[in-house]
Amino acid sequence: MLAYLVKRLLQAIPILAIVSLLSFGLIKLVPGDPAVVMGGTTATFEEIEQIRRNLGLDRPVYVQIGAFYWNLLQGDLGNSLLLGQPVVGAIVERLPVTLWLASYALALTIVLGLATGIIAALQHNTWIDQVATGIALIGVSLPNFWLGLVMIVVFSVHLGWLPTSGYVAPTDDLAGFFRTATMPATALALLQIGLLTRITRSAMLEVLRQDYVRTARAKGLSEWSVVMKHALANAMIPVVTVIGLIFSVLISGSIVIETVFTVPGMGSLLGNAILRRDYPMIQGGLLFVAAALMMLNLAVDMLYAYFDPRVRVQ
Amino acid sequence: MAEPLLSVRNLTTEFATERGPALAVDNVDFDVGSGEVVGMIGESGSGKSVSALSILGLLPTPPARVRAGTAFFEGQDLLRLRASELRRIRGRRIGMIFQEPMTSLNPVFQIGDQIGETLRVHEKLGREAARRRAVELLDRVGIPSAAKRLDDYPHHLSGGMRQRVMIAIALACNPRLLIADEPTTALDVTVQAQILELLRALQRDSGMAILMITHNMGVIAEFADRVVVMYAGRVAETAPVERLFDHPRHPYSQGLLDATPVLERVERRLRTIPGSLPTPTGIDPGCRFAPRCELAQDECSRARPVPVAIAPGHAAACFRTDASAQWRLA
Repeated sequence: MLAYLVKRLLQAIPILAIVSLLSFGLIKLVPGDPAVVMGGTTATFEEIEQIRRNLGLDRPVYVQIGAFYWNLLQGDLGNSLLLGQPVVGAIVERLPVTLWLASYALALTIVLGLATGIIAALQHNTWIDQVATGIALIGVSLPNFWLGLVMIVVFSVHLGWLPTSGYVAPTDDLAGFFRTATMPATALALLQIGLLTRITRSAMLEVLRQDYVRTARAKGLSEWSVVMKHALANAMIPVVTVIGLIFSVLISGSIVIETVFTVPGMGSLLGNAILRRDYPMIQGGLLFVAAALMMLNLAVDMLYAYFDPRVRVQ
Repeated sequence: MAEPLLSVRNLTTEFATERGPALAVDNVDFDVGSGEVVGMIGESGSGKSVSALSILGLLPTPPARVRAGTAFFEGQDLLRLRASELRRIRGRRIGMIFQEPMTSLNPVFQIGDQIGETLRVHEKLGREAARRRAVELLDRVGIPSAAKRLDDYPHHLSGGMRQRVMIAIALACNPRLLIADEPTTALDVTVQAQILELLRALQRDSGMAILMITHNMGVIAEFADRVVVMYAGRVAETAPVERLFDHPRHPYSQGLLDATPVLERVERRLRTIPGSLPTPTGIDPGCRFAPRCELAQDECSRARPVPVAIAPGHAAACFRTDASAQWRLA
C-alpha cells in the first residue's frame, strides 16, 4: 500500500513538469504583454522595453522556461508581476478559499445528488422518478454563471437574505461562511447535482436487479438494509469515480463563479492573472491546481479500492 | 398424515407484459411435509422458480403480482403477511439458495459478514458471536480452514465454494424449510454431486424439509422423497419418487422420463417431446399440454383437467390417466 502511494507520487513529478511546459507554451501563444499592462497607458516604448528587461521577458523562451524549472526546484515560483508579492504566498492565501468553496459545493452535490438518485431509482417509473430526473435534466442544462446571477437578483436584491458578494472563512465564522458561500456553492453544485442524480439512479437501478440483492431480501433483511447497505455499497463503485471528476470540475468551475460572486479564491486570482498576463502567477497557479487535481485522483483511486475489494492491490 | 409444513393452494402469479398479463403460475397446489424432501421439476419457464419466489415475496412487484392463493407455513399464510412479518420468516424459518452462486453473494462484503448478518438480524447476536457462529457454519458446509476464510471476499472463492457459503447463509438460523432453486445447475458435474451430498447430509442432521427445484431427473431420483411435476405454470403430476419413475401417469411426466438417459437402456434413442412450451399470455381453456400430447382427445382442449387421485400421494392432472397407464407399456 505504502509502496503504491510512493509510486503514484513519484509518477506525479514528470506529469507536473509537462503541465508546466504546456501552460508555459500556451501563455506565450496568447497575444499580450505584461509589460504593457504594468506600464499603463502613458508609458513610452523605452519604458516598456525597460520593464521587459527587468522581468527577463527579453530572453529567449527556452531560457525563460529553464529559469522557471531551476527556480521551481528550489521551491521558488517567483513574484507576481502585478500583486508585488511572492506567487506561493498569494496561492497559499487564496487556495483554501477555493477548496472550502469547492468542498461545500461537493458536500451539497453528494448529499442531494445521492439522495435524489437513490429515491428516483427506488421509485423507478413513477411520477417521483420523472420529477427527479426532470429536475436533474434542468440542473444539467443551466449555465452556472447565469444561475449565480439569477440567485443574486432573487436572494440578495429582492429578498435581501444573503449578501451579493464576499467571503468569510469557516474557521473564522461558520455562520458567516454559510451566509457568503451558500449561493456560490449552490450555483456551482447544481449542474453536478443533476449529473450525480442521473449517475446514481442508473447505478442503483443496475444494482437493484442483481442476484445478491435478492439474496439480501431472502435473508430477511429490512428494506433499508437491502438498499442502503447491500445495493448502495455496489452502486458507489461507479459513483465514486464520477464524484472525483465532479470535484475537479467544481475547482475549475469556481474560476467563473468566484468572479460572479467576487470571492477572493484561486479562481479569481488565476482569472485576473490570465487577463493581465501575470506570467509567474499563471504558471504557479496552474501548477498548484494540477497538483491538487492529481492528489484528488489519487484519493479517488484509494476510495475506489475501499469500495471495491476486487481491485485492491494484493 | 400430519399437517404439512408448507401447504400451497391455488397459487396464481402473473407478470405484466406488453402483450397483457402473463400467467407464470396458474392455480398451483403442493405440500411440503415436515422433514420431507420434495423435488419440483419442469422445463425452464414452467413456473417452478416463480412459485418459490412468490411464496417468499421475493418477486419484483411490478411486474410480478401474486393474484390469488394461500401458502400456509407453520399456521401462517405467507401470502397475507405484512412485509415486516414475512421478513421474520425469510432467512430464519425458511432459507433459500439460488441457481447462480457466482452472482448471489454480494461482491463487496466479506463472507463472514454475509453469513453473520442473518444471525445478527434474526437472533440479535453481537458481531463477535455472529463471527464465531459463521466459523461453525462454514465448517458445517465443508469449507476447509473455515476461520481463515471469514475475511475472504466472494471473488476469492470458486463456484462450488460460493454455493457452500450460500448454504451456510441459508442454514444460519436452522430453518425448518430450505428452498433450493436449481442449486447445482451452474456448477461442474463433480461439484454438483458434492453439493447434493452436502445438502442431503445437512438435511439428515437437522431434519429440515427441502423444496428442491430442478430440471434434472437425476437430481430428483437421487434426492427427493416426493416429486411435483410442473408444466406451463400448472402442476401436472405429484407422486412419491419411486412411483413417478415406475408408474408415471401424466403424459408429460412420461415424456420427461423418456427424454432422460438411463444406463440400462442404451439400446434405443432418447425420445423427445415434440413442440415447445405454450406462451403464458395465450388463453386456452383446456389442458396446456394437449397440443404436444400424443393421447390428446377433444375434451383435452375444451376443459382444464383436475388432478385425479391414482394412489395415496399420487395424482395426475389428466383426463387420460387410464389410457396413459397402458400407453407407456406399449
